Order: sequence, then structure tokens, then C-alpha cells
Amino acid sequence: MYVAVKGGERAIDNAHAWLAEERRGDPSVAELTLPQIREQLKLAVNRVMAEGSLYDPDLAALAIKQARGDLIEAIFLIRAYRTTLPRLGASQPVETAAMAVDRRVSATFKDLPGGQVLGPTFDYTHRLLDFKLAAEGEAPLAPQVPARPEPVPHVTSLLDRDGLIEAAPRDDAPPPDLTREPLELPANRPLRLQAITRGDEGFILSLAYSTQRGYGRTHAFVGELRIGRVLVEMEIPELGFSIEIGEVELTECETVNQFKGSKTEPPQFTRGYGLTFGQTERKAIAMSLVDRALRWQELGEDFTGAPAQDEEFVLSHCDNIQATGFLEHIKLPHYVDFQSELELVRRLRAEAMQMQEAAE
Amino acid sequence: MTERPEDLARKGWMSLLAKAPPARLAALLPDLPETALLRPAEVGSVMVRGRVGGTGAPFNLGEMTVTRCSLRLDCGAVGHAYVQGRDKDHARRAAVVDALMQTPEAARVEAQVLHPLRLEEEARRTTRAVKAAATKVEFFTMVRGEDQ
Repeated sequence: MYVAVKGGERAIDNAHAWLAEERRGDPSVAELTLPQIREQLKLAVNRVMAEGSLYDPDLAALAIKQARGDLIEAIFLIRAYRTTLPRLGASQPVETAAMAVDRRVSATFKDLPGGQVLGPTFDYTHRLLDFKLAAEGEAPLAPQVPARPEPVPHVTSLLDRDGLIEAAPRDDAPPPDLTREPLELPANRPLRLQAITRGDEGFILSLAYSTQRGYGRTHAFVGELRIGRVLVEMEIPELGFSIEIGEVELTECETVNQFKGSKTEPPQFTRGYGLTFGQTERKAIAMSLVDRALRWQELGEDFTGAPAQDEEFVLSHCDNIQATGFLEHIKLPHYVDFQSELELVRRLRAEAMQMQEAAE
Repeated sequence: MTERPEDLARKGWMSLLAKAPPARLAALLPDLPETALLRPAEVGSVMVRGRVGGTGAPFNLGEMTVTRCSLRLDCGAVGHAYVQGRDKDHARRAAVVDALMQTPEAARVEAQVLHPLRLEEEARRTTRAVKAAATKVEFFTMVRGEDQ
């Protein structure tokens, strides 16, 4: 129950003023600029764009600064801003096969067209703190070697050629949009992917991990992980043709999973799919595992009761803004609710004591 | 949809302008001619779509910010722009360039604005590609003892 309560304005104003001072921290330390956040805390910016569901690195940097580095609070700010923007249209589906890749690795094939490109990865680092970063130094430079322009086809397209993996046939049905209509279950795969790509990284990671530990196991291999830039093209109504309206960095992960075959399908591999804004590789891998686990019904697998197989459970709890909104609201005044609970407990206690006395 | 050759050329420069760094475009075209605004610069969002499995059914990935603008030059040429981000000056400049490209000024604008932007976009792309190429794995097979 919510009741309007007056009072506390001065305390609230002063709390916000103190928040602003705390945000700034020690004024003898230089203030963070938005370009510094955008350029040097890029993976935080990427996470805010992915879960805020809005690709704009400058806005994400501003949100991170305003939220004092609390990424869920920053994501909240981005989601709130997003609702103020008029929707100008929807892009054509991006062509991830034509991605300009910074990174592209496959855990299933060593030699593949386009090669294994490690990119700017934390993999193979020793995870030892680098105290050199505590001191200011010269900007490091990456080695360069001449690049041969060559196609980098999807690994799954190689398996698809031999019929060894389920096909993902082209389809142009307009997808449902959970920012326009409330989420309804059962959801189709496009709607599930939209919910998961903006879902909380920690939640999706834990669910994916649970499938690896046996709660809805799908025996996933990373067929391919790629990170890079794709062009975004949109039909312009006043022109009657499409133009590129920008370029976005994406992470795409495709898993190759065990499949025994069924009455209608010969034995072949199945697929899980992850696609996320920015360089957000942990999220994209986790997304592809959860996507695959949720497909149990379509693929004729058993429901083992695993959380990652339960669409209602996954889709209703993956959004960290919904979750934090409901969780954190319980700290706000509930005086009237609590008052009624208090009276109820007092009455029950009085009744219980009376009965006890009567029994004695 | 089949595209006419003149549409293809226009698609090329509008696409280039959409992705151009706003400050660079402003430096290349500092002075703007008189224009009548048909649709003042407006910031909005576009829903970016992907495909399931990279090739299958489309799904909504998330939005990106886009600014659009439409205007008319004194000579009557109409320019449109849809540019990435929230910079209204960027959208106005891009629309002016689109309009100028339909006038006898086209050759000058191509040389002064579009040509440098195209080279710089290509350079940005190459800079990343050569760094990526340096991280490509060259596998070699170890010779095992029993094979010797």
C-alpha cells in the first residue's frame, strides 16, 4: 500500500547535495572526464550499453559518472533516457558475417578460413596486478602487420554445408518487441534473445554456468566467438532506399551442441546463439548457452526442472532494472503496511496469550 | 528493392556522412549556406536488429541513437540526413552536404568534404585491421619423439 507522505524535503535536498559532493570525491584529485571513461573504462561502457539496450558510448560514459561507477544504476539511467527518445525506425538485420573483426576464435576448428584472431583479449594474461599501470607512462602501441582482406565466414556455415548442424534458415517475419508490448509467455526465440541480450550479465552467467554443471546440460562448444564492427543499415522512407546510419561494435557467440537426432531429424549438431552490444564476450557466451538450454521443447529434449530450461523463470528474472526496482523499493517508506502488520501481530499475540492463560 | 545508379551514389555519401566524426565534418565544412528547415534536427532512436544464428529470423538487439534533419537550399535542392549519435549540428551539416551534392557544387563538395572523409574512414578501418592481423595465430605442429 502506498500513501502520500509529506515532509523530509530538506533532508532529501541535503542528501542529494551530499551525494554530489561524494560523487566528486577529493577535489584535489582531477575530475574524471567523459572521454576518459569512454576510452579507458570501455568495457564498463559496453556493459551499460548492452544492458541499457542503447548504443551510445558518450551517454553510457555520462551515466557511469553520474552513478559513481554503479553499473546497474547507470543502466537504469540509460533505460530511463531511452524512453524519452522517439523511435525513428528499425534497422535491417545486421550482417554479422561481414563484420570487420577485431577478434575471432573457434574452439572447434583449428584451421578455418579467416584464421584465429585473438584481438585485444585478457585471455593468456597471468592475472597478476600490473603495478606499472599505477604510474603514468607513455601510451602503449600495438604491433601491426599488413592485413589481407579475406572473407571470415561463420564456422556454422561450414558445418551447415555438410548438413552436420541444424540450419538457421532466413526468415523475414517482423520480430516481437518487448519494449513495445509487455512480455507474454510462451515467448518465441527472437523475443527470448531480446530479453537475454539486455539481461543482467551476472544472472545470465550464473544460469549458463548452471547448465555446464549439469542443471540442463547441453554439451556446448564455442563454435565461434567474434567481436568487431558491423554497419547498421535502415530504409529511409522519404528516399525509398536504405542507407548506413552508423556502425556498432558487437560480440557474437555461436555454440555447437550435442544432439542425438529424433524421429524426424538425423543426428546433427544444434546451436545456441548470443549477440550483444560492444565487446561483452562473457555475456555473449553465457547468452548462447542459455538460449540453447531454453530450446529443449523445440528440440524434443526432456525438461529436467533446471532453472535455465524454465522460460518463465529466466525471462521474468533476467532484467536487472526490474529486479533492482522491486528489490530496492522495500527500503522506501512502508509505514502504513507495517503499521497494519504490527497491529495484526499484537492481536495474534494477545489472543495466543489469552488461550495459554485459559489452558493453565 | 533494386536501386537506381543515382540512388546508389546518394546512398554512398549519406552513409559516409552518417558515420563521420562530427568535429571533422565541421572542420571540413565550416560555413553553412542559408537553408530552410523542412524538419529541424531531431534526436531519436533506431532499433538495431540481428538474426537468430546470424542468418535466421530477425530479433531486436537494442536501440542506437540517431539524429535526423531535412532542409532545403535557396536553389530548391532538398537534403536529408540520418546520422549516428545525438549531435544536431552533425545532422544539419550532413543534410546540407546531401543537398549540395545535388547542385552544380557537387564536384567541389566531393573534393573538399567527401573525399577526405572517405580516406579517413578507410584509414580507421585499416588501423584496426592491421592490429587484428598481428594477433592472428600461426599454428605449428610440434615434432614428437616417436616420430623421429
